[in-house]
Amino acid sequence: MARAVTPRRKALNTAIAWIIGLLIFFPIIWVFVLSFKAEGDAIKAPLEVLSSPWTLESYSVVQERSDYFKHFWNSVILSVGSTFLGLLVAVPAAWAMAFVPGKRTKDILMWMLSTKMLPAVGVLYPIYLLFIQLGLLDSRLGLVVVLMLINLPIIIWMLYTYFREIPGEILEAARMDGATLRSEILYILTPMAVPGIASTLLLNVILAWNEAFWTLNLTAANASPLTAFIASYSSPEGLFYAKLSAASVMAIAPILIMGWFSQKQLVRGLTFGAVK
Amino acid sequence: MGRITLKQVTKTFGDVNVIPPLDLEINDGEFVVFVGPSGCGKSTLLRLIAGLEDVTSGVIEIDGTDATHLPPAKRGLAMVFQSYALYPHMSVRKNIAFPLKMAGIDQQAIEEKVTSAAKVLNLTDYLERRPGQLSGGQRQRVAIGRAIVREPEAFLFDEPLSNLDAALRVNMRLEISQLHQDLATTMIYVTHDQVEAMTMADKIVVLQAGIIEQVGSPLELYNSPANQFVAGFIGSPKMNFIGGKTAAEHKAETIGVRPEHFILSDKKSAGAWEARIGVAEHLGSDTFFHVDAGDKGILTVRAIGEMGLRHGDKCWITPDKNRIHRFTADGKTIGK
Repeated sequence: MARAVTPRRKALNTAIAWIIGLLIFFPIIWVFVLSFKAEGDAIKAPLEVLSSPWTLESYSVVQERSDYFKHFWNSVILSVGSTFLGLLVAVPAAWAMAFVPGKRTKDILMWMLSTKMLPAVGVLYPIYLLFIQLGLLDSRLGLVVVLMLINLPIIIWMLYTYFREIPGEILEAARMDGATLRSEILYILTPMAVPGIASTLLLNVILAWNEAFWTLNLTAANASPLTAFIASYSSPEGLFYAKLSAASVMAIAPILIMGWFSQKQLVRGLTFGAVK
Repeated sequence: MGRITLKQVTKTFGDVNVIPPLDLEINDGEFVVFVGPSGCGKSTLLRLIAGLEDVTSGVIEIDGTDATHLPPAKRGLAMVFQSYALYPHMSVRKNIAFPLKMAGIDQQAIEEKVTSAAKVLNLTDYLERRPGQLSGGQRQRVAIGRAIVREPEAFLFDEPLSNLDAALRVNMRLEISQLHQDLATTMIYVTHDQVEAMTMADKIVVLQAGIIEQVGSPLELYNSPANQFVAGFIGSPKMNFIGGKTAAEHKAETIGVRPEHFILSDKKSAGAWEARIGVAEHLGSDTFFHVDAGDKGILTVRAIGEMGLRHGDKCWITPDKNRIHRFTADGKTIGK
């Protein structure tokens, strides 16, 4: 039987939920508000900030000073490129681990996950040297590869979990029906795993879009994405809250909009298999 | 042609020996049923023939050529799975067409074959539906359709009816038997249900713990089981086994009498065993009485449906002398 909930109790729960939600979302709202204020007003006390006049000044200054679209395209190329490259590697890997597991499959999965526990800065030096040697510094190609590699454990883990939900008999049926390994993955496994693959893809695009450590350390002018674009408004310029906020809003808006439209898919993918 | 020969085939999973060395000959066009209790290795044996599992040692020949190391797709066999294993993202049409598409057959020929298979299996109206929109019986037909369009050397069925309800199971049993008569292709059918085995098979292979206990036609197994296991497994209700003094009188460790080979009477007669009626199961045409025969134990006896005996009534049961099976201490049949 469902628990009885009095209207008062329901109202209270709703209020608490809203307060928690607003608390979590507050920094983003505040960044949004500051981005529409003049630089002088942005550092005032919160209530004064709200009552000060609204302006688009910061946006026009940011757009004048740096090429937003160049960074935007870099972000798109890095996140989408690393995601597709990652899927290309991860789909066969997850297939092998889900359907033909060996004695060491569990260990390999744990080992892959353990690389995520390593502080990224620990391998910065070797990777930086490698990039110099290979001439990949400040190149999109180099960053696509690095972003792909750092997110690969998560992609493989997610796909592995989705693939495990697919009954093995269906793949065996495909084998009996004469499918080669390639056709089996292409015509049977992938279409059946589409919801899982889609949410893996979305999550990975978001992770790669927001990645700041490697993008800041391995790029200068050419390949720098929006994370570097935001960063360029913090340190060298001093505390210009309004411009920094405008840059941040411009950087996160695309991924926020994408996330908004795909949230149904994301939630469905992340809870896949939890409920039969 | 679909002649399948297994020579000294073994299969081990880790340390567990599922199939000890096993030899078996399946002739072209035969309907062979592998039957046995769960865990007896019958499904494993089928999967070895299919190529879905690798043999640990031994040789599997299909039509005289060594197929031991061929991948499943190259063996020319088609399989119907217990779960049907239909492709959920494809329409019925695409499901049936899939093996043909994989074989690289041209679109028009595929169309013709799918249409004719759908007609045979009464699926014409459902071709555009997805498997999720079909009933259990229809899904089963799609799985069979996907198998027949390939015109395989042999069909492999892995407990295909166990997910269907009782009435549908009887129907599908008939349909599969009919299909075998029409196609005259070798069929290997795995089941734990001895009724399916008896009704469908040309040849039954009774398995226990990976060992073939007996191979023979349904009536051979019924009339002359090679051992006590086969005697108990084939026939429904189960054969009654009696030990002790009564068995000794027949110079055996254990004797077996099927429920249908007793004559039940409310009057005493020569050679009859005295018993008392326990539970009665009325099936209409027949009644099965579970009777307490004293030191001979609880026995099952078949009688006509109208038999008017009640719980607690005294009765006499007479075994058919020519139908008493005799077994040694280790379960082997003693010849007549």
